[in-house]
Amino acid sequence: MSKIIDVRHLNFSFGSGEMERPVLKDVSLSIEKGEIVLMTGPSGSGKTTFLTIVGGLRQASYGSVTVLDRQLIGSTEQVKIQVRQQTGYIFQQHNLLKALTALQNVSMTLEMHDAMTERQRLDKAAEMLIAVGLGDHMNHKPEQLSGGQRQRVSIARALVGHPKIILADEPTASLDKQSGQEAVGILKKLAKESGAAILLVTHDYRIVDIADRVLELEDGVIRSA
Amino acid sequence: MNFISWCYFPARLAWRQLIFDRTKLAAAISGVMFACVLVFMQLGFKDSLYDSAISAPVKLNGDLFLMHKQAEAMWRPAKFQRRELMRVLGHPAVMEVTPLYLALASFKNIETDVKRTLMVYGFDPDSHIFDVPEINNHRNELRLKDTVLFDEYSRPEFGPIRQLVAAGRNITEINDYKISVAGVFQLGVSFAADGNVVTSDLNFMRIFPNRNHNMIDMGIVKLHPGSSIPQVQAELRLQLNPFIDIFTYEELLRREKDYWANMAPIGFIFGFGTIMGLVVGLVIVYQILFTDIANLRYEFATLKAMGYEHGYFIRVVFASAFFLAVLGFIPGLMLSVALYHLAESQIYMPMPMSPNKVITVFMFILSMCAMAGFLAIHKLKAANPADMF
Ligand SMILES: Nc1ncnc2c1ncn2[C@@H]1O[C@H](COP(=O)(O)OP(=O)(O)O)[C@@H](O)[C@H]1O
Ligand SMILES: [Mg+2]
Repeated sequence: MSKIIDVRHLNFSFGSGEMERPVLKDVSLSIEKGEIVLMTGPSGSGKTTFLTIVGGLRQASYGSVTVLDRQLIGSTEQVKIQVRQQTGYIFQQHNLLKALTALQNVSMTLEMHDAMTERQRLDKAAEMLIAVGLGDHMNHKPEQLSGGQRQRVSIARALVGHPKIILADEPTASLDKQSGQEAVGILKKLAKESGAAILLVTHDYRIVDIADRVLELEDGVIRSA
Repeated sequence: MNFISWCYFPARLAWRQLIFDRTKLAAAISGVMFACVLVFMQLGFKDSLYDSAISAPVKLNGDLFLMHKQAEAMWRPAKFQRRELMRVLGHPAVMEVTPLYLALASFKNIETDVKRTLMVYGFDPDSHIFDVPEINNHRNELRLKDTVLFDEYSRPEFGPIRQLVAAGRNITEINDYKISVAGVFQLGVSFAADGNVVTSDLNFMRIFPNRNHNMIDMGIVKLHPGSSIPQVQAELRLQLNPFIDIFTYEELLRREKDYWANMAPIGFIFGFGTIMGLVVGLVIVYQILFTDIANLRYEFATLKAMGYEHGYFIRVVFASAFFLAVLGFIPGLMLSVALYHLAESQIYMPMPMSPNKVITVFMFILSMCAMAGFLAIHKLKAANPADMF
């Protein structure tokens, strides 16, 4: 059993003192290699907060969060940067770089690693864009793409570095039914091929069938659905 | 990560983001260009002022120069007794001394009768105190009564003297005293005087009837060849009255320049203008970089979430600053060259675009942009990856 994400007794609050608002209460959860876990739950229940802690974007101080064998509680910025580099993020808003083409956006993931030549980076990024069905939109800037196409560029950007973890926060929320389903289908197919663990937050019950496991977070407390 | 990709990737991103919004890029470039032109013009006028300030003294032919301590510069002399100069003749190394008489006077344009102020130099035509060929070639004419030589580098408002002299229309007035212009020479104008004439010491006294032979403005000392100038200067200083200054050639030139740099407010004004140009440029570049970072904060936060380090974004900001410096400097330099030519034709003073000046201004602009980048990077803190989901 190889646990890629192992969270135990995580507590997290926003604010301090009088203003303290507990958001995550004694959350424990582990995800194994290649597993696809879906997290649902009402708005404001703490799903996004949970993702940002697991992804090394937000610092939590109580409990234990082990990601890729690194403890994130009380970790240095350097450890968090290492976790971020091995995580593929798919945001609700696509957050592509406006000034860059689809191809350049996807290669940004690879520019952090020196091992490749520019040619190899561009080839790999192009391959990934073909895999998400955007082979003929590679040199388009984000503003020339539709919402669904942009989200597929985001997926390509998240997957091109072969991350061990993929974190996605409501990736289909801004898409219509068909492009949402397409995007998630592509995500599942590519992730299965590379053996990445996926933690996907969604309200969208249309995509529940892709998951190995569905969890529900309610008011900061985990329960299996 | 090797050094090339360490700078190349952030620089490439900075470049792609700069050229994405052409309108904003054009605004930023104009800002830098404006600062650049302002600084070039200030430095150009300043150098031209300093160079022109010594256009006459640089041509003086002497080893040591006596002036009254109260003289601020050659164009603002203080008279002293001729015998103070004669005193130095006692030193064995001194070969020859020449009194020089200086005064501003109004010269009447031969064609239009309009009067304008210029500088009059009076000295014994037999002494060779100016290293100007035309002055020395016209020695015989200078010995005549009421003749002068005219500096053809004077401002054109004095009239086309060379042509008028050639045509025989060479009679005019200096300080309402009738003189004839015997010929022209080349010296150069300064901010203090729009033109120059030279004449004999005797004619000088005729033009300025209330001046007297015994009160001189400057003393020029020539030493026997092979004498040590600093040593003679030190020895003479002990003999001279304390109200007399004695300068070497280099000291005289430095003093004439320093008059404009320090004593007159003009040096300060140009320095102030240069700083203002840089401050305006700084504010513009800072403003552009700052709003850029603010607008791009979600993109930067996305990159941070992907694992980019804070240092990467600092390099992006400095690369943008560098590109703006270069992109603004190039048209700024071209425009300044054109303006230098325009200014030369308007103020009749040389304004050369020296490589030195180009490098100096580029360094100013580069530091200005770096400073703007430095001030703008604090805004990077707004790019928080936790806000990305
Ligand atoms: N940066 C923040 N500062 C303070 N409170 C926050 C912040 N982000 C989220 N919250 C609060 O924490 C709770 C959980 O938010 P979130 O994790 O975004 O929920 P979800 O993603 O499940 O909708 C909400 O009540 C929200 O108002
Ligand atoms: Mg949320």
